[in-house]
Amino acid sequence: MSWLGKYAFDILLAYGLTALLIGGLILQSVLAARAARRQLEERGE
Amino acid sequence: MSIWEYANPRRFMAASGAVQPYVWGLAILLCATGLIWGFFFTPEDFRMGHSVKIIYIHVPSAFLAINAWFMMLVASLIWLIRRHHVSALAARAAAPIGLIMTAVALITGAIWGKPMWGTYWEWDPRLTSFLILFLFYLGYVALWSAIEQQDQAADLTSILCLVGTVFAVLSRYAAQFWNQGLHQGASLSLDAEENVADVFWIPLVITLAGFVFLFVALVLLRTRTEIRRRRLHAISLKERLA
Amino acid sequence: MLALLQRDLRLALRAGGGFGLGLAFFLILATLVPLAVGPQPDRLAPIAPGILWLGALLACLLSLDRLWALDAEDGSLDLLATAPVPLEGAATVKALAHWITTGLPLAVIAAPLSLLLFLPGPALPWLALSLLLGTPALSWIGTFGAALTVGLKRGSLLLSLLVLPLYVPTLVFGAEVVRRGAEGLPVATPLALLAGITLGCIALLPFASAAALRVNLR
Repeated sequence: MSWLGKYAFDILLAYGLTALLIGGLILQSVLAARAARRQLEERGE
Repeated sequence: MSIWEYANPRRFMAASGAVQPYVWGLAILLCATGLIWGFFFTPEDFRMGHSVKIIYIHVPSAFLAINAWFMMLVASLIWLIRRHHVSALAARAAAPIGLIMTAVALITGAIWGKPMWGTYWEWDPRLTSFLILFLFYLGYVALWSAIEQQDQAADLTSILCLVGTVFAVLSRYAAQFWNQGLHQGASLSLDAEENVADVFWIPLVITLAGFVFLFVALVLLRTRTEIRRRRLHAISLKERLA
Repeated sequence: MLALLQRDLRLALRAGGGFGLGLAFFLILATLVPLAVGPQPDRLAPIAPGILWLGALLACLLSLDRLWALDAEDGSLDLLATAPVPLEGAATVKALAHWITTGLPLAVIAAPLSLLLFLPGPALPWLALSLLLGTPALSWIGTFGAALTVGLKRGSLLLSLLVLPLYVPTLVFGAEVVRRGAEGLPVATPLALLAGITLGCIALLPFASAAALRVNLR
């Protein structure tokens, strides 16, 4: 990653943290959606 | 055929279920294109070096952080005036997304600020008002999760959203006033959009569009989850009565 | 409405009503700050306006969680809702009573307390005036926040989370008046903005409080 120059660490940190936060949000949304749907199916809807 | 048709949860579920894959597809496509283009195929900025790449996540997340609140405001108004449940649930669904986007904007801004201004944090009016916006999101989410009775929670959070909007705007101008009072005009220009060259501009717009679609996709998904949760709750209530 | 005001004032003055509590908190804060940052006047004087305003704000917050909760518990809130006086009026009276029992005394004792923090002399009248003008906004906003959380069992922590961000503009302009007063700068602009916020809060927030109460009573 040396082509990123002296800011490589900052850039990767920014992208990494963003990926973590937004990825976490998406993951949580998907898991919650799946859980709700499964529970509804179990109740025979 | 009017937009209010989708106020019916059943209609909304059908329509959003049909639209959802396309929205997700567009979101992923645009985000990937914009980010890869921006990350690998843009030159260094003559002043900021490669750290300019942070713009591709900083600006879209900041844009969404503010507009998610506006979307919640509109949804709250629709709920208060026309009593459409989907609207209230959409406002609830959008709040955590806005919260995360505000956090992302603050964090990337801090990381970007260190090499550029030599400090992670500066009490610049913009930064300050974003921090305050973050607090507003926190309060809103906390109030939603604290009240068990769902319609009551929707009403109270809508009122909070209306009052909060007024105070958020006031705080923004107060912060501007206060900082001028402290620094006498020595402020940092964050108006990145105005002085960005075309090479950075095009991938930025693509990423911005991608983030908007991502927001829409997430709101749809989370609203659907909320509707399903409501239905589950209703079923369990019925079973308890029977 | 006058009867309601009298009742609220009497309840607040009675033991356990929290009347002296806010003042004591303010005094403790003014004592603790020098202990924390050091007793040098040149260190305390610049931060004195901010500390005093912050103390007033937190002292106001302290008595908010019982503003409606006591009435909700013993059922007098239901009586208020069905009384001939509109709920908006009741909210106004509540906020007024809260201000008379916390904001007004705070504004009065702030001047002597500011001597502990070496606030420069010329700022004293501005401190008293800004608190006098600004604390009503704190009471009215607080009444709204308390109305939102009245139905909750563990509401007081949430109440601070909801109310403190709303206090931001008041705090900014209030502290700015005192800071400018201390440095001998003109104070008219922040003072006018502070008064504007207070008037706006008094005019509009009772409607929001009443709406929130109606939802909670449903």
